[in-house]
Amino acid sequence: MIARLSLRVLALGYLALLLVFPVSMIFVRTFGNGIGAVWEAVIQPDALHALWLTLFVAVIAVSANTVFGIACAMVLVRQNFRGKAVLNAILDLPLAVSPVVIGLALLLIYGLTSPVGAWLAEAGIRIVFSTPGIILATIFVSLPFVVREVMPVLREIGTEQEQAASTLGASSLQTFRLVTLPAIRSGVAYGIVLTMARAIGEFGAVSIISGKLSGRTETLTIYVESSFQRFDIVGCYTASLILALIAISTLLLTNLTKPKEEY
Amino acid sequence: MGITAHRVSKRFGDFVALDDVSVEAPTGSLTALLGPSGSGKSTLLRVIAGLERPDSGEIFIADEDKTRMPPQKRGVGFVFQHYAAFKHMTVFENVAFGLKIRKYPKAVIRKDVHELLELVQLEGFANRYPSQLSGGQRQRMALARALAVEPEVLLLDEPFGALDARVRQELRAWLRRLHDDIHVTTILVTHDQEEAMEVADRIVLMNHGTIEQVGDPQDLYEHPASEFVMSFVGPVNRLGDTFVRPHDVEIQLHSNGSTSEAVVDHLVYLGFEVRVELTLNDGRGLWAQVTREDARQLELEPGKIVHVRMVHSKVFGEQRKSSLPHS
Amino acid sequence: MSATTNTERTGLPASGTARKREGGLLGRGVVVGYLSLMVLIPLAAVVWQSTQDGTGGFVRAITNPAAIAALKLTFLASLAVVVINAVTGTLIAWVLVRDQFRGKGAVNSIIDLPFALPTIVAGLTLLVLYGPKSPLGLNVAYTKASVVMALLFVTLPFVVRAVQPVLLELDTDMEEAATSLGASGLATFRRIILPNLLPAILSGAALAFARSVGEFGSVVLITGNQPFKTQVASVYIFGQVESGETANAAAVSVVLLVISLLVLFVLGLINRWGTRHDR
Repeated sequence: MIARLSLRVLALGYLALLLVFPVSMIFVRTFGNGIGAVWEAVIQPDALHALWLTLFVAVIAVSANTVFGIACAMVLVRQNFRGKAVLNAILDLPLAVSPVVIGLALLLIYGLTSPVGAWLAEAGIRIVFSTPGIILATIFVSLPFVVREVMPVLREIGTEQEQAASTLGASSLQTFRLVTLPAIRSGVAYGIVLTMARAIGEFGAVSIISGKLSGRTETLTIYVESSFQRFDIVGCYTASLILALIAISTLLLTNLTKPKEEY
Repeated sequence: MGITAHRVSKRFGDFVALDDVSVEAPTGSLTALLGPSGSGKSTLLRVIAGLERPDSGEIFIADEDKTRMPPQKRGVGFVFQHYAAFKHMTVFENVAFGLKIRKYPKAVIRKDVHELLELVQLEGFANRYPSQLSGGQRQRMALARALAVEPEVLLLDEPFGALDARVRQELRAWLRRLHDDIHVTTILVTHDQEEAMEVADRIVLMNHGTIEQVGDPQDLYEHPASEFVMSFVGPVNRLGDTFVRPHDVEIQLHSNGSTSEAVVDHLVYLGFEVRVELTLNDGRGLWAQVTREDARQLELEPGKIVHVRMVHSKVFGEQRKSSLPHS
Repeated sequence: MSATTNTERTGLPASGTARKREGGLLGRGVVVGYLSLMVLIPLAAVVWQSTQDGTGGFVRAITNPAAIAALKLTFLASLAVVVINAVTGTLIAWVLVRDQFRGKGAVNSIIDLPFALPTIVAGLTLLVLYGPKSPLGLNVAYTKASVVMALLFVTLPFVVRAVQPVLLELDTDMEEAATSLGASGLATFRRIILPNLLPAILSGAALAFARSVGEFGSVVLITGNQPFKTQVASVYIFGQVESGETANAAAVSVVLLVISLLVLFVLGLINRWGTRHDR
């Protein structure tokens, strides 16, 4: 009994000191200067732009990675081919590689000094230090989530429902739309939530690729750092608060969408 | 609307699932593909449905060569062992699926689906989800779903394999009655010889990817073409080269010229029948099946000496109506 | 109806299945194409860039004192973090699975917070509570300890989430058998439970390690990023990029990439080892 209690205290204590207290401080400190100051900080044009840019980029990254994710899951679960293991391994890379390295990688490919970058610049397309670069970086870092969440669900439902649909006259497309997609929707939903959270929270890769131009290529996370460096503490805390609120909503959403599991 | 499989072969890697198999299911019949696991019966069914591609051979459905057609176009209804219910759709939507694909008007779909649900006795369940149904109910729904599109043939892959013994019995009888009503050419795959005997007009017995024998249940039971058929289709005693059905072993109290002596080892009471386990003088064992009455009249008990004679027996090659050597 | 056609002896696929096969190849092509464009080619560019100054340049870049200091700090801090997580993660997983108390569900959800919270915000929250303006009077900012603290924050969920499912599925029969044979709680834990948890703990630890060596956002604020003191490898790389020294940055990045690949490889081995009794 004592053992159980002390374990509980240790575990909860660790969590409180490392996680709960620090994050709560943001809520406390942000409103330390009063709601008025917070509101002022929120409606700063740079802050609003950062928020808008973050959401815009996240939506695009989520859309692209969802379509890719479902397709990739179908390929990995329903097909057999040499190199499947390699494909699987590549999918893990975005989670194992440092965001700074990812930013550098994109900079090298699409930077103005590279052949690709120069060629694109001539066509009037700018990737680095511009929104498209941020989008590419965000896609990279949030790539695996939908795939990884859909794969087990797809594996579990098996192919029989799809076979039944084909004997009933459904074409491949109809089968996918009417039978497969609805069956995997819990995995897709959960994957989308995870992708969204990762996309919104990205910092390192975007730091490198965006050039951090205020009001132009600053995402909300970058705004947190830049306002900190400028000693705009209220702005910094406010942006952090917004991000923390988004994170907590994400947690709530993951609870709702997670394919039935117990803890 | 008969089905013909002509010289179908299929291998999976090194494993030969079907070896030059030819089978016919006449229009309106209920044919069982019977055999142990690995005999190729499910593979053959799936080839007929278009769910597997044969390495060689043709499939004719209603005299049309459908070998190259995808399952969508073959006009087959398929029922799976584990139901393959569309879990996210209601019973109604499941059954309506094929009709919806064919873009039937809503009113027609509603009418057809309700008629079908009545046919399979699931009238009240239209708005339930498959997870709320029992196994037997799910399978009836699957049947209704397959029948909704008026298939030319109905293919059932071990449809009762996942169900309890009692539900299996009920559904077997129910399927037989259904077939008598609607007469769709049906092929049923099963490993359960009792099921095949009870339900089918014709049985195709398969083993190791080939056909052992085709015939009606009585044929297979009384005139088995091989040792495998005889052992598979009913209980059998094997004494050297001779095969005897337990109910063809007659037990008498006194010897006459043509009997052999045996000792009763053990009696097993199986309700109406009694299984009598015996050992012959030469040490070989066999068992006989007698009625309760006979067991009582003969006063059978362990240790008793009796005299047995075989009414029929078979040696493959020729048939003899003979008995064991004299004791 | 239509006339019958001949089928060749080789049994050409039914036309529908042929279409399905082409669709499958198309899908595979799209997937591989997307991955190459988004992931493989950029990473290959890093490897390529690291060789721009030749082998000599590469070696110089990674033996640069500041680079070595950064790599050393990163490696040691990550190791420390992994060891601490192995203990605390298992402890937390144990309490979440075996204990019952009000609010357990909420606690379970909070574990995922480091996954959901942007790293820069995580760093900021730690700075606020454990930095110069700490209400607790605890200031670890700009020290090596702050590096470890930030890494502990972001790697918290890995071991916990790896161990939880295994603990859940663990047959209590084994523990009951051990107890009936006279084993104390601790002995049972050590001899029966721990060996079964080991693969999960190790795989969670490996993931935590991979995450730690590359971590950037949470350390930038609280460590002060002082070269030779509190600068981690990712910050060093960032600095090199800002100074235009992309070849140097790429060289050190390659070191990190190699570490990541090694960890992924080891993870694969751990997973195979862990399932050896299931086969």
